[in-house]
Amino acid sequence: MKTYLPPRYIVRRDEDRCIQCLVCENQCSFDVHQYDAGDDRVYARDDRCVACHRCVTFCPTSALGIGEYPLDFRANHNWRREAIEDVLKQAETGGVLLTGMGTDKGHRVYWDHLLLNASQVTNPSIDPLREPMETVTFLGRKPGAAEIDPATGALKTGMPPQVRLGLPVMFSAMSYGAISLNVQESLARAATELGTLWNTGEGGLHPKLRKYGDNTTVQVASGRFGVDAGYLNAGRIVEIKIGQGAKPGIGGHLPGEKVVEDVSRTRMIPMGTDALSPAPQHDIYSIEDLSQLVHALKEATHYTKPISVKIAAVHNSAAIASGMVRAGADIIVLDGLRGATGAAPKIIRDNVGIPIEVALAAVDTRLRQEGIRHLASLVVSGGIRNSGDVAKAIALGADAVNIGTAALVALGCRLCQQCHTGKCAWGICTSDPALTKRINPELGARRLVNLLRGWDHEIQEILGGLGVNAIESLRGNRLHLRGLGLTDMELDTLGVRMAGK
Amino acid sequence: MLNETSAEPREQTAGLNAGGMHYRQLNATLRDMVAGGAQRIEIKDVCGQRYIGTNLCAPLAIDLHGTPGNDLGAFMSGPRITVYGNAQDGCGNTMDDGRIVIHGHAGDVTGLSARGGKIFIRDDAGYRAGIHMKEYGARRPVVVIGGTAQDFLGEYMAGGVILLLGVTLEGSRAHDCDFVGTGMHGGAIYLRGTIDHARLGREVGVSDPDENDMLLIRSLVAEYAALFGRDEAELLQGGFVKLYPRWLRPYGNVYAY
Amino acid sequence: MKDLGHVNNPWGDDKVIDACSIFGMMDVSGKTFSGRDIITAIGSMHDRGNGLGGGFAVYGLYPEYADLYAFHVMYLSVSGKTEIESYLNSRFRVVLSEEVPTRRVRAIENPPKVWRYFLEVDRRLCDDDVEEEKYVVDHVMEINASFSDGFVFSSGKNMAVFKGVGYPEDIGEFFCLDSYEGYLWTAHGRFPTNTPGWWGGAHPFNILDWTVVHNGEISSYGINRRYLEQYGYRCTMQTDTEVVAYAMDLLLRRHGLPVEMAARVLAAPLWSRLEHLPAPERELYTSLRQIYGSLLMNGPFTVIVAHQGEMIGLTDRIRLRPLTVGTSGTRLYLSSEESAIRLICPDLENAWIPAGGRPIVGRLGDALPARRSGRSSLSKGENFPLHAQVQGG
Repeated sequence: MKTYLPPRYIVRRDEDRCIQCLVCENQCSFDVHQYDAGDDRVYARDDRCVACHRCVTFCPTSALGIGEYPLDFRANHNWRREAIEDVLKQAETGGVLLTGMGTDKGHRVYWDHLLLNASQVTNPSIDPLREPMETVTFLGRKPGAAEIDPATGALKTGMPPQVRLGLPVMFSAMSYGAISLNVQESLARAATELGTLWNTGEGGLHPKLRKYGDNTTVQVASGRFGVDAGYLNAGRIVEIKIGQGAKPGIGGHLPGEKVVEDVSRTRMIPMGTDALSPAPQHDIYSIEDLSQLVHALKEATHYTKPISVKIAAVHNSAAIASGMVRAGADIIVLDGLRGATGAAPKIIRDNVGIPIEVALAAVDTRLRQEGIRHLASLVVSGGIRNSGDVAKAIALGADAVNIGTAALVALGCRLCQQCHTGKCAWGICTSDPALTKRINPELGARRLVNLLRGWDHEIQEILGGLGVNAIESLRGNRLHLRGLGLTDMELDTLGVRMAGK
Repeated sequence: MLNETSAEPREQTAGLNAGGMHYRQLNATLRDMVAGGAQRIEIKDVCGQRYIGTNLCAPLAIDLHGTPGNDLGAFMSGPRITVYGNAQDGCGNTMDDGRIVIHGHAGDVTGLSARGGKIFIRDDAGYRAGIHMKEYGARRPVVVIGGTAQDFLGEYMAGGVILLLGVTLEGSRAHDCDFVGTGMHGGAIYLRGTIDHARLGREVGVSDPDENDMLLIRSLVAEYAALFGRDEAELLQGGFVKLYPRWLRPYGNVYAY
Repeated sequence: MKDLGHVNNPWGDDKVIDACSIFGMMDVSGKTFSGRDIITAIGSMHDRGNGLGGGFAVYGLYPEYADLYAFHVMYLSVSGKTEIESYLNSRFRVVLSEEVPTRRVRAIENPPKVWRYFLEVDRRLCDDDVEEEKYVVDHVMEINASFSDGFVFSSGKNMAVFKGVGYPEDIGEFFCLDSYEGYLWTAHGRFPTNTPGWWGGAHPFNILDWTVVHNGEISSYGINRRYLEQYGYRCTMQTDTEVVAYAMDLLLRRHGLPVEMAARVLAAPLWSRLEHLPAPERELYTSLRQIYGSLLMNGPFTVIVAHQGEMIGLTDRIRLRPLTVGTSGTRLYLSSEESAIRLICPDLENAWIPAGGRPIVGRLGDALPARRSGRSSLSKGENFPLHAQVQGG
């Protein structure tokens, strides 16, 4: 069928600069650049370009540029370019539109409407370069009170397992298969160096990464890939994945061609078979079933690890979270609307769920109203872009955040949203050995460590500016936030006041 | 209130009782006395009056009996103050020149941002002593603390000299303060006694004093001993440790562009 | 006085920021003394306040009613008095009610009517002391949240708070504090920055027999308050100081922590410091912080917390606000400035500046706290039970 789709991007090549070195041709995994020996020129197939910028980055003579394909659609508020293209794609294939990464729609980013406070005169700001500034965070269930033996002064209260984070930022769940082993190793090494955690996702734990176990969250999802007693006890936290922000209520499907030998070994399934992640966990049809699985995992890990439960942020998250805490979850992970994915139906990604900011505010408020906030730590993800977002999330009530997209961007990702194609030119979201080798775990870890060191320092500057020297004093302290450009109802939902009030 | 005395060398000495006096009245009186030619002023019953010595730009001597208030000698340029008692917070704040001698202890942020002058404290100093002291040209502030100090000694220190003699330490003679010299990027801190290196800022280097350092230490010890009637030789016994800034620009690699 | 009933702002962020003078004095032998000296001492730090609040707490002043709750109530109107008295009569046995004697003081403008009530709780309503105290706290909270024309500002046994808008020396004069005798007094001169002073907002803050005077700002107030609200405390006084009182009440009375340990909750030792401690102490402090991280009081502060038989001075852990300790004979003094102590005790025997985050505790019948030159262990020399255990075991 002749496609009616116009090219999305155009490759601009400065012929005066191009030296026909063919780096672009070699780097492009979408076969855009093609050398014609007869003409001694490199030509581009614009219709294949996804604007991943791999060729631009590696072109030694800066001969390349990528732009939007110059094609003006007739102005129409309802039928813009994307809507028309989506219809054409489906008309030509009859399929569900698939995409990768997080939604690119203009849902309100509440972080950009929240502003942090700083001290002036009445209390001194504290300079983190010279004075202690504590960003250490412990995840896990906390007792409501400390019981002290009056005779000895010793603590009688038994402490549930706690996980120490050097800074309140962890890496989101991204499974082997969705991302490459080199990316997972980059994350694991960085997490270890930073004293934080990376997350296996649902694809099992490769033997090569077991040594990073103390900095690993092992995930148990609907497919139960790679889950056995050794796996559960290999990590620091066990996480039950109910859903993710990019595709609430939707399962997954790792195509058989990606189940190569190493993936097969890690997921403990035969090579070449499709790895299906059902939409629900088939042992959890209700809240009491969640409790059953939580306690099964506690038994399986001798009550030495916090059990985390991850859900997508949806309309009634507050009530769900309350139930999760009562079901025994030690950590709740909320993944918001803007969270990313290796593959999801576009219509789900862009239309289902709620932004993380409002879900976080609602859940924290509800748990406090019910007096059970201490029983679980609250981790949020789905749209954390920088340390300002982290600080605002903590002020709204989060204990820590997960970052996925930001971590991948640090490794080169340009959000071209082609994860589901397996052709990632940056070698991130692919299992093609020619591409995965583009990530060197040592250099990848360096980039990630650098990123979070910078964030940690910025968080310290924010805390110091607020006149506090411990992250606990920001956590849930919404008096340090003000809203700008929000309606009364939005302010009320977020539990913050209008700037100036 | 002005009383002529027959002190020698002939100084014009005046006495004053500050009991119940507000600091504005006291300091205005002092300025009048200096304008009137007083070279030595003795003040009794000092109790909490602030800013004594501020804005008295003359090389006069002031003897204080009692407990002067905060910011003793703030922005001071010239006078020699002796306190027969303890000093409170902010003693020698942004001092430029002159000398403060305290027959007792001093409070927090002693010598904050001082650019010159000398402060001698017989006993201990509080938090953040010598914070952000700096030097410029020939001006080089000195803080000598007979005892020990509390946390953040020499924080942000950019110049000048701090000497701790540890006379109030017991037993192990270990100085018990945290975050010493954090952010230090100039000047030197000399300690008699020991300090756990884990309690130093990461910008701080440790060495033995060299001969030039010892010359300075010996002259300051001599001055301290003379001021407070201590045995100079005894104070020079036991090793000294020098703390110095490892880098002039400790934060050169903190920022990204 | 217009704002007397302006309470319980659901946002709570019009907290008053205070730069202040604080003073405390206690005779650990239990000998009582009048308020004359403490008025002189706090008055000498006049320049640290701005006349928008002054107050005193005194312990041991009502020995004849030592077993009764002494409610001190300020009234804005006659009808407010009628309503609250009716409320009190229906919930307590009112043994005695009387107007608190006051003097006319030129500097004190438009004072409220102040009454005190000596109350007994019907023990048929409460099984034990804990329940009785909860009963009292609940009704204080209820009155202060619900009645617009009256305010309970003191509710303990054999103790009282006297406070109002004015310089503390004038407030002391107004309430005739030279005529009361107690073994423990604390005082406060206030410099609020962002709300008009109101009588209820002056220090000390009180719940049951706990009082707090505070210098500084608690920058962690927002989360401290949200945490305490989970335990039923209602922050009605438009200031950050009351969270200290409620936190102490929660930790000591309800959770049974020793004072020294509660101090380590409010001014938690730095993680970097814990690394150098022996394992049992390290684990204890780590657990305390994990459990009570939301009660860490952050920002610059010095507080003097008192209750029957005990006075505690505490600064923030990096000591951003001042505190000087003095001792002489059986007297313990705590002050923002040393000069104020020396003014009333010229022959002071000891004066020192305590380390940040370490409590200075005066206890009836105990020896006075002593200056420590060494402090390599967190708990060194502070009668800390765990330390004895660590050394012994």
